[in-house]
Amino acid sequence: MSAAQQKGLSSDWPHQLREHKGTLMAFVAFVAMFTIYAANHAAGLNANVATTAANKGALLAIVAIAQTLVVITSGIDLSVGMVMVLANCLASTIVVGTPLMTAVGVAGVLLVGALCGAINGLIVIYGRLQPIVTTIATGAIYYGAALALRRVPGGDIDATLADALTGQLPGGVPASLVLLLALVLIVWLPFQRSSVGRAAYAVGSSEVAAYMSGVPIRRAKFVAYTLSGLLASVAGLFLTCITYSGEASAANGSTYTLYSIAAVVLGGVSLFGGSGSAVGAIFGALMFRTIGDLLFVFNVEPLWQPLFQGIVLLAAVCVGSLRLLRIRNRLDLYG
Amino acid sequence: MDDARTPGNRFATALDNAVAVIRRHTDPAIASAFGCIVVVLLIGSLYSSSFLSLDYLLQQLKVASFLGVIATGMMIVILLGQIDLSVPWVVAVGGMMATAATGWGALGETFAIPVGIGCGVALGMVNGCGVAFLRIPSMVVTLAVNAVAQGLMVVHTGGFSPQDSSSPAMRFIATGHSLLGIPNALLAWAAVGTAAAFLLTRTTFGRTVYAIGNRERAAYLSGARTRLVVMAAFAISGGLSAFGGVLLAGYASKAAQAMGDPYLLPAIAAVVLGGTSILGGRGNYLGTVAGVILITLLQSILSVMQMEEFGRHVIYGVVIIAMLLIYGRGPRHSE
Repeated sequence: MSAAQQKGLSSDWPHQLREHKGTLMAFVAFVAMFTIYAANHAAGLNANVATTAANKGALLAIVAIAQTLVVITSGIDLSVGMVMVLANCLASTIVVGTPLMTAVGVAGVLLVGALCGAINGLIVIYGRLQPIVTTIATGAIYYGAALALRRVPGGDIDATLADALTGQLPGGVPASLVLLLALVLIVWLPFQRSSVGRAAYAVGSSEVAAYMSGVPIRRAKFVAYTLSGLLASVAGLFLTCITYSGEASAANGSTYTLYSIAAVVLGGVSLFGGSGSAVGAIFGALMFRTIGDLLFVFNVEPLWQPLFQGIVLLAAVCVGSLRLLRIRNRLDLYG
Repeated sequence: MDDARTPGNRFATALDNAVAVIRRHTDPAIASAFGCIVVVLLIGSLYSSSFLSLDYLLQQLKVASFLGVIATGMMIVILLGQIDLSVPWVVAVGGMMATAATGWGALGETFAIPVGIGCGVALGMVNGCGVAFLRIPSMVVTLAVNAVAQGLMVVHTGGFSPQDSSSPAMRFIATGHSLLGIPNALLAWAAVGTAAAFLLTRTTFGRTVYAIGNRERAAYLSGARTRLVVMAAFAISGGLSAFGGVLLAGYASKAAQAMGDPYLLPAIAAVVLGGTSILGGRGNYLGTVAGVILITLLQSILSVMQMEEFGRHVIYGVVIIAMLLIYGRGPRHSE
């Protein structure tokens, strides 16, 4: 895919379009939903409405990027929510005090997140265990660590940092969106364009073929898992900025893990690995959040909201099977 | 003993033969899982001798029955190479619908258990439909069905824990004792387990399940009705999850909102610890029995030892990883 990216858009736009179809569809669907939401919001689309929506969306979007990195290698990270919860508990403990202490605290939180991801990666690579069971087990360990840090909800975070990350920039732009953009520019794009990133896609497409062609499989997986842990801890930090406290909530962790899978799928990333982009997953996450907001705007009774959210999710994942209509040979179903 | 063809010699040959036969017929994974059960019990007995008492063991087996019933369905789905993430709310649906049916009067009270199981089968069929006919990855469609089931139950109960209590029959199965003081729940698990083992090893359905888990394309090409089998497997899983919910509701004499949450990950872990490959196609029901008992004992002993909750989570995760590292590793690339 990178070869195609190097060429200009003009020469092979049909290929480009096919390659990025999932991302584009997620983008279009999100814009359509958000337009309806903004048009029907009682207060209209002012800066405060946008910031609140952006904060909620960005949190899930960061977790979704983390999930994407692993899903591309045809793995899955079921510990991503627990790493977020662990980072949340840690951040509420050490990201306080003088600016220097705060900075060290932030670095510590990110380091722990990357370490959690690296442990997942090492077990998957050298232990040769399946990612799904590995991350279920490590998720329990990370949750235990979070619980050890915070037996009861509480803690605090540096207010300057929290306000900076969750507030608005001059001009009313939500800071969380800038954070999201920064993560894409600093983490995702360099990863995707690097040889390690290409190796990650290759591993996801066919691990055997990648192995035969001498692709650095282990390095690719290790980097993918480590970055995933790092991004999950960014999400945990951001969650702390929103709530001003830490809570070792198992429900929170598993909810975000499951939502991140939903966001990744809505964003056109294949769960079989090898295709898709974190940008798509971001729009998938924003779309998923907007569904909930839409129900609120249209005054759906709160009791019915979970049901509608579930039905929309079910319908959205069924849309992907429209491709079956184009399949002529039934054998193609069983790849 | 001083005979020419010494009985001692003959005995040694017979012993060798027996060892060879045993070795050929036992799965190292299942043997290790049962070995671990013994080790856990011995460690427990060092702490308190009551761990080896019949009362304690029967009590643990009774608690294990709930997980055992749920893990049975999970195992069939995992053998297909799929996974069922809809367990938490299908369990809740089973419990809630059965208690709701009890509240409808005499007729409902009689049919409480079938109503609960029937709702689970229906949800399982939605899962099966998505996987078999729409070719949606099972991880996604079961996630969506879980969300829909949650939505349905929130609407059904009005967001509160349901007030209906369970029927006498449910309580009898979950808490009663029959012959020789064996808990009825254990008998129910034994019945479910025997049926599942028979289904998996002695019927066309079972062989097709293993065949699909090994290579769905080959199973389809050899004329197996793969889609119906996948559909049926998910329906069974849904039904058994719901039956687990019915038992749990009988045990606590009420259904509750999050009653199924603590059963998803232990069910997967029990199946995998019992030597069933998460990639499908390989596994033995005896292993699942061992996995279920092992997980239940581990949880019980850690709580009896008054280990703090965080320690329980950490040890739980470490044990799963350690056991899988011993016998659950995948093949090397070069193999």
